[in-house]
Formats: sequence, structure tokens, C-alpha cells
Amino acid sequence: MKISGAEMLLESLKREKITHIFGYPGGVVLPIFDALYKDPSLQVILTRHEQAAVHAAEGYARSSNTVGVVLVTSGPGATNTLTGLADANMDSVPLVVITGQVPTKMIGNDAFQEADIIGMSRSCTKHNFLVRKISDLPRIIKEAFYIARTGRPGPVLIDFPKDIILEKAEFHYPETVSIRSYNPTIQGNRWQIRKAAQAILKSRKPVIYAGGGIISSNAHKELLELVNLANIPTTLTLMGLGALPGDHPRFMGMLGMHGTYAANMAIHHTDVLIAVGVRFDDRVTGKIAEFSPNSKVIHIDIDPTSIRKNFHVDVPIVGDARVILKDLIEELREISGGEDAFRHFQPWVAQTSEWEKEHPLKYAYDKEIIKPQYVIEKIYQFTQGDCIVSTDVGQHQMWTAQFFKFIRPNTWLTSGGLGTMGYGFPAAIGAQKAHPGKRVISITGEGSFLMNVQELATVVSLDLPVKIVILNNQYLGMVRQWQEFFYGSRYSSSFIGQSPDFVKLAEAFGAVGLRATRPEQVEDTILDGFSRRGPVLMEFQVDPEENVFPMVPAGGSNIEMIFESPGEKDDPKKRDSILTA
Amino acid sequence: MSEVRKHFVQILVENRFGVLSRVAGLFSARGFNIDSLSVAPGLDPSVSQMTIETQGDDHVVEQIIKQLNKLIDVIKVVDLAEFSFLSRETLLIRVNTNSRPGDRDEAFRIVEIFRAKIIDSSPTTYTFEVTGDEDKIEAILNFLKPLGIKEVIRTGKVAIAREDQRLSGKNASRPHPEGELTLNRP
Repeated sequence: MKISGAEMLLESLKREKITHIFGYPGGVVLPIFDALYKDPSLQVILTRHEQAAVHAAEGYARSSNTVGVVLVTSGPGATNTLTGLADANMDSVPLVVITGQVPTKMIGNDAFQEADIIGMSRSCTKHNFLVRKISDLPRIIKEAFYIARTGRPGPVLIDFPKDIILEKAEFHYPETVSIRSYNPTIQGNRWQIRKAAQAILKSRKPVIYAGGGIISSNAHKELLELVNLANIPTTLTLMGLGALPGDHPRFMGMLGMHGTYAANMAIHHTDVLIAVGVRFDDRVTGKIAEFSPNSKVIHIDIDPTSIRKNFHVDVPIVGDARVILKDLIEELREISGGEDAFRHFQPWVAQTSEWEKEHPLKYAYDKEIIKPQYVIEKIYQFTQGDCIVSTDVGQHQMWTAQFFKFIRPNTWLTSGGLGTMGYGFPAAIGAQKAHPGKRVISITGEGSFLMNVQELATVVSLDLPVKIVILNNQYLGMVRQWQEFFYGSRYSSSFIGQSPDFVKLAEAFGAVGLRATRPEQVEDTILDGFSRRGPVLMEFQVDPEENVFPMVPAGGSNIEMIFESPGEKDDPKKRDSILTA
Repeated sequence: MSEVRKHFVQILVENRFGVLSRVAGLFSARGFNIDSLSVAPGLDPSVSQMTIETQGDDHVVEQIIKQLNKLIDVIKVVDLAEFSFLSRETLLIRVNTNSRPGDRDEAFRIVEIFRAKIIDSSPTTYTFEVTGDEDKIEAILNFLKPLGIKEVIRTGKVAIAREDQRLSGKNASRPHPEGELTLNRP
């Protein structure tokens, strides 16, 4: 029986076990939305902006380790997905984004709502396809899902012209997929793994530096096993939080620009750096020439281009982090002859604990004004970490990364690589769709939240119980912090001041709005807000001038951490705290 | 830092819509140079063969090769610097032949020396076709300059590894340095 391109698309999605589509309708994709209307097995989540649809699909995918699916129309619908695509591409989030396109014959004629989305998205997708023949459609969809979820995951875009959406043909969905030019390496090289194991065993001061690759490859159990086996101090990147339980004794916190003192010191002094599922991002390394200067570097990653892109590597191992960690653990067990072999790490472990005590993450509680870190601590205490947290980008993101302990993988959603303000709230919507019974919290700032505020309509109309926590400090806080430190406190365009009345805003959309302006109201507001059933927005008016510490100035060495604001530096008693260890 | 060297990169790609722009886009997006580029379908019409002349130190070239391999439509990438290889370029050159008496004879002599071919002639010009490696091309252009070159059209270089290197050279099946992985090579 012949079916239309639109129907083929839906059939194919079902074969890929897709149940949710994030999207927004429009001219050329009307036949697809019409087919969706008739087929209740695929649920459409209508966001209020196409960018939010992509972020929502990211949140869905990352919280559940599946592929997120987006469906939008041509032209502006397609171009609005670009920020989301770039975000997913940087953070390796598997997505299949389907954009409508004008009919094949009109492509290139500047037709109404035409955009060359294939050309535009080429550099911000893992791959993209233009469907040129109906007979290619099933294969393209099969390949798109395969490419999105295998290797280093990423977004794949399928551009679907209107005439092919309507055309009818026989439907045969391929059972298997084979792309001769795409065969990701899974198994690590045996000899390299042996070399890595020997280097670890011989080291005296090893450190594990793990990232998002652990979460993508589901390697958290193996990571935990490795840490426990050899008792190795471990730090995680922003993308890796949750890969090792945040309360694990060997977890030193995040590293890098706003990383902990212990993590940055350990990285600086280590003799064997075990990098797993990371890409040596500049926010992690700081001044590259002074990053981990005396270490032998083992780098495990599925993406060969990540290896030696920014940093020298002594033992590169390409493959799946989970598979390689398993082999590495086995190898370590074999050549070490038991856990006693790692006893000589003990002084080093003691040293890292010493650093943790020397400069723990801290802030000064204030009786008069709400400290943003206090709000995050209270949320952690209230939830005990049993929730999914998303953030936007800026100070609130760093404070959440620092003060919220992520116990499980896939419970932390943030825009790491691209740093997309406006990511968090839609991502929380996606996560809530994937986990209807779970508590999902969107921690945000008043700046970021306004970048996708229209999604309040989505949560209200779908009655999604997402809890929104706005840390309102009246500034684009991270911009203000940089201006304070490096631009003589000239707060150019970073003062937002007159934000909308967030309580009324929530109410206007039909959600509940709550506000706390004093420290003693924080706990009650959290209790009240979190015990309500539907979507709740909680605004916390926090200290406008609070800064994120420690901080490594951009381009500085990671051990040049700043613990105080520049104003406080003039106080000779406090000057010592500017460390150049 | 290793020194910046010239590299010829042979790329076998799927003969598909948009592949050239993926490859070219990769070079511009990552800040790599393309000095010359030639593309044509291979023996198997489902693939295309590209030769890109580029330059960079070892670190840059390693990234170029890896990034090219990462493109879904790229089947195989070979850096010819690992082999002994031959490169050729074809030029179509139009020169003046009547600025001074004897120019036409001089042009004819140069054609003979470089084993070029006259493919078109007018009362005031000759048009040559010449094929050769970089030295030869440079030499003939130098010889022709005094006559007055009106126009040069170049194909860009193509290159091929020497047969004995390809079959028995130890580089031919060598995995990537340090066994990091075997880049899409059979």
C-alpha cells in the first residue's frame, strides 16, 4: 500500500520507538501535523518558539539517554532551530530535527518561507540530509537516528520538501543500517589500554578528569568502580556533573574557571592525568601552557578530533568510554594483583583532602539579604538531590554546579559548550515530559529566563509541574562580575534593573508565582512552591553584587585562583587570598 | 612546534549533493588553508576523488585529517606526506606572439622544450596545454613571461602515491601513530 511522505515519517519515527515530538506547525509541514492529528500514538509537545522546541528535545534526550525529535516548518521555523542545533552539537546531544522545506522545484527561487537550512546548519549539526526522492526517505530517517545516537552523539537535521511530504510510495523501513563512510570506533586499542594501566600503577599522584562522555556512554558505574578500586581523586567538568556521586569522598568538585581549589591544585600537581570523555575546553584548562604541566596524559574519547586538538596526549585511546573503562579496570586488576597496589596513592589522597579543607567552596551567609548560594543549598537540602535540575547560563549556573550535589547521571541539564542563555527552562520542559513523576527544577536568572519566557504558556497549557527558581540579582550577573574585575566596575548594559513583576507574570500565564525578598523567607518559599502540584515560579531577590568564587581570570593559569573581589584586594589582610601557588 | 609543510591530502567521498561544500566549509570553519583543490568522480561513479593541497605543522595536519574523517560523507583520507608520491597539474596558457619579431619562433621552441602542446593559434597568440610537476610549471611560466602571458587557467594539482609505496611500503597499512586508532583505512 502506498502512503504519503508525511505518513512514512510518522511510521519511521514509531519504528525508532519515538513517542514524543517537540515542535511548532507552519505552512509546508501542515500535512505532517495533519497526519499527527490522526495518529494519537505520537504526542506533539507544542512549544511557543522553535528554539525552545530544540532545547526541550535536548532536555528530553539528556535526561533519558534517548534521541530527541523536533518538527518545525520551513524558513523562520527552521532558522529558529539554529541556536538549539549549535547547542546540541557542542554538548553532544542526540537529536533528529525535521524541518519542512518549500517544494523541490521552488528551492532556490526565494519562495515564501524558504531558507537554505542545509547550508546554514552544516557547521552546527553532526550531519544533515535534504530529502530529494521519496524512495530515499526511510533510509535517511534510519541513518539520521543512527548517526545521532552513535559515536559522539549530536544533532542531525532532515530537510523535507513539501512535494515529497505529499508524494505517495510504498514504505519499506530498513532493518539495519550500514554507512561505509561512518564506523565509530568502540573498542579501545588493547596495547594503549595496557600502557594506560601501567602508567596509572606507576604514578604517585593520579587524577581522573571526567566529563560528559561518561554520561553519554552510560559509564558512570565503571567510573565509580575505577575510582573505588584505585582510590583516585576525581574531578568532573560542568558537563560531567553526576557522573560520580557528588558526595563521594574522592570527588573534588568541578575544575576550571570556577572549579574548586582542590580540583585545580590536583590537576596542576598530578603526575598522571586520566582524562575520560572530555575535550580540554578552554574554560577547563585556562592558560593551556600551564595546564597540568608535569603530567603524563591519558586521554580516552570516542571523538578522535578531541584528541590532541588543544592539549598534548601521551596515551590516546579512541573508543567508547564505558567499554574502555571496563577493559582498563580489568587490566588494572590483572597487573596490580589487588588493591594494595594502589596504597602508595594514600599521601596524595591526603594532600587533596588537605586542599579541600584549605579552601572549601564557601559564601558568607547574610541575615539581611538573600545569598544566591543559600537558595541553592536549601533546594538541595529540601530535595536531597532527588530531582532533575536545569540551568541557564551565568552566575546562577556556576553556583548550582558548585553547591548542588548531583548524585546520579542524567539529572543535570545545562548548556556547557555554547553557553546558551534561554536553554534551561525549555530543557526542563523536555525533562518533565520524559519523567512525568519526577521533580524537575529550572534554576535560572532574571536575564536568562526572559530569553524563553514564552514557554510559561507551554507548561501551563500542558500542566507540567516544572518548578522555576529565579535568582534575581537585577544584573546580568556574570557580565557584571567581569566588568567589576576587568573593566573598572563600568557596568555597561549589564544592569537589568526593572524586570517584570515575576509573580504577576507567572499569574498572567496561569501559573503560580511566589516571591522571597528576605533570607528568612527562603525556606518557606521553597516549601510552599515545591509542595504545589502544577507549575510554580519562585523569585528570590538576591544580593546584586555577589560574585562567583573561586575564579580563574580568562586566559590565566588555573592555579591563579581569585577568592575575593578586586575591591577587597586593597585590604592588605585579604591580599594573601589572591593565590599564585 | 614542528615546521609548516605542504601536504597533499587525498579524500575519497560519497558522490553526493553538497559534499564539496562540507569539505570546503570544514576548512574555512576550522581556519585551515586550501592552496588548491581538484574534484572529479572516481572509477566507481558513486564516489568522488578530491585532492587538496594544504599546509600546516604536524599538529594542524593531524587535525585536518581527523576532522575530514569525521565528516559522514568522507570514506577515506590519505595524507600523501606519508608516502613517496607524484603530483601533476595541467595549465592552459595563452601568450602573445607578436610583440617583437621572432616571438612566434621563441614560443614554438619553448613548447618543444617543455613538451607542451599548442592547442589553439591566432595571428597574435598561441594557446598551450602543459602538464607537469610544480618545478616544470614554474619553469615554463618563467620562460613565457618575456613574451607576455595573456591568460593562465590551472586545474589545481592532483597527486598519486607511487605504486611500490602503496603496496609494500610500511606506511601503507600503518595504524595511526601510537595506535590511537586506525583511520578508515582498509
